[in-house]
Amino acid sequence: MNVFGLSWRYLWSRPLATALNLLLLALGLASIAFVLIARDQIDRAFERDLAGIDVVVGAKGSPMQLILAGVFHLDVPPGNIPLAEVQRLAQHPQVAKLIPLSLGDNLQGFRIVGTTADYAAHYRAQLAQGVLWSTPMQAVLGAQVASITGLQPGQAFEGAHGLGSGGAMHGETPYTVSGVLAPCGCVLDRLVLTATESVWQVHDDMHAGDQMDAAERLELAEALADEREVTLALIAYNTPLAAVSFPRLINSTTSMQAAAPALEITRLLSMVGVGTQLLQGLGAVLLGVAALSVFIALWSAVRERRGDLAMLRMLGAPATRVGLLLLCEALWLAALACVLGLLAAHGLAALLGSLLMDSQSLAINAWSWVPGEAWVPVLAFGVAFAAGLVPVVSAYRVDVSQLLNSR
Amino acid sequence: MIQSRGLRFAYPGAEPLCFADVSVAQGGTLLLRGPSGSGKSTWLALASGLLTPTEGEVVVGGQSVGVLAAAARDAWRARHIGFLPQKLHLSEALSVTDNLGLVFFAAGLPVDKAAVARALQALDLAPLAARKPAQLSGGQAQRVALARALLLRPSVILADEPTASLDDAACAAAVDLLRGCASELNATLVIATHDARVVQALPQASVLAFDIAVPVAA
Repeated sequence: MNVFGLSWRYLWSRPLATALNLLLLALGLASIAFVLIARDQIDRAFERDLAGIDVVVGAKGSPMQLILAGVFHLDVPPGNIPLAEVQRLAQHPQVAKLIPLSLGDNLQGFRIVGTTADYAAHYRAQLAQGVLWSTPMQAVLGAQVASITGLQPGQAFEGAHGLGSGGAMHGETPYTVSGVLAPCGCVLDRLVLTATESVWQVHDDMHAGDQMDAAERLELAEALADEREVTLALIAYNTPLAAVSFPRLINSTTSMQAAAPALEITRLLSMVGVGTQLLQGLGAVLLGVAALSVFIALWSAVRERRGDLAMLRMLGAPATRVGLLLLCEALWLAALACVLGLLAAHGLAALLGSLLMDSQSLAINAWSWVPGEAWVPVLAFGVAFAAGLVPVVSAYRVDVSQLLNSR
Repeated sequence: MIQSRGLRFAYPGAEPLCFADVSVAQGGTLLLRGPSGSGKSTWLALASGLLTPTEGEVVVGGQSVGVLAAAARDAWRARHIGFLPQKLHLSEALSVTDNLGLVFFAAGLPVDKAAVARALQALDLAPLAARKPAQLSGGQAQRVALARALLLRPSVILADEPTASLDDAACAAAVDLLRGCASELNATLVIATHDARVVQALPQASVLAFDIAVPVAA
């Protein structure tokens, strides 16, 4: 029988009050921790996908739309841009790397992205099976795409027109799976990668019909060469100075727009920030109520058990041990609430993660530890300590001669 | 052995209480006799070191209680004083066995399960060991409180109005039990009471008479 065991017994001798206090504390902590985890994971998901992309060039329109479509594959792109202009940009002295992306089709809602091998290399993607594409109409599946569609290297699939599932099927021009990427926790997991030419070929065929032989096809391709378009281009600078001049150059002298992802994401997060602040405020209010409730519970415990506490003193317990007994009840509450609150917060984050995954959105890892969570136990024990302080002092000072006089 | 000399105690802002000197041999019995509110409880608090006398001293088993520092006094009380309060203050959250275990917790000792079992056996409480205090009769609860007081084999047993709500037969049994337990431990028994039956049952006891004329702070 030690102070921990005894305080545990006293705590659960009032099961309803204890359960209520635990619930209040845990809810407050869970909502604060959930905001921390969700914000951290969303920031990380954005950072991972943004890594090394300094600017996105695409058709004029909303810059945020361009970023969401081009980097995170969450929105539809504003339009297409001429391939010739993109090729000119690649020669620009401030451009270190340019990755063209062509969007337009999907496989069961997963976007088919026509690009170059640079795109996979940019995210340091590793192949789990097979090889990268070497000719048009070969495709490499992201890890999530492969696991949901069940496609293996060597199998064929048809793309559907449009970026959401349910468009017309391109039955006449099927793709062959050449490889499957290992999970990277980034945007590639939910993409189908192929050569830029594949996207052109699918749409040439759609417009021209399949009544062409190879010679006619080549002739058509040459005729179309000057009119070729891509959807957008991801660009990395070779000097940070470019951030000042390059977007201005694009926006003022070409028919295209340049959008800086870092800027747009900051803007987006600041808009979402109001919501997270609200949730965190709610968490703080819950914690405040929990603190009050724990205070009342401990205070009434001291009042109810004044005689028992005095009896302990009479039995020879030092005042500190009596105070500690009560303090331990508060600390038990804090520890339990901490565990429950963190579990609930990560559980909620896992729920959010699976919802995002179902809607083929950001990948978040709900069960990873966020450094900010270290504040949760600090907060829990702080609240318990603050709420327990007055009752503990009053237990410490319990007047034993009152016990002798009580009738 | 208990001796008091020139004992005085004043509650803050009140007239001091003056207590007559008393001396009881080890194993003897002392009755503190007087109406409620006459200072008996204050005397018990001074003898057990819960209050410090403003003047004079109480010497219990050769130890002057008032001179001990707070921590030493707590440890001394755990070891030497067995206290049977009028309101028993058994902990409702704990079983009878664990209520006895509290004694060891309070004294900062590891629980001696064999001693607890012996104490339960000695007072016919063994079949009730697993019960909560709320499931005990008044007499059973008092015996649990007595077992708690005797567990560490104190040299002094202080009983505060132990017969207040008992009928004649139960009162006689309670006094016999207290006296029997005290002799077995050779402990000095101090009973604070206003019950004439107790005085009659213990004719050989020393008596310290309190009367209402002594000023008391409630």
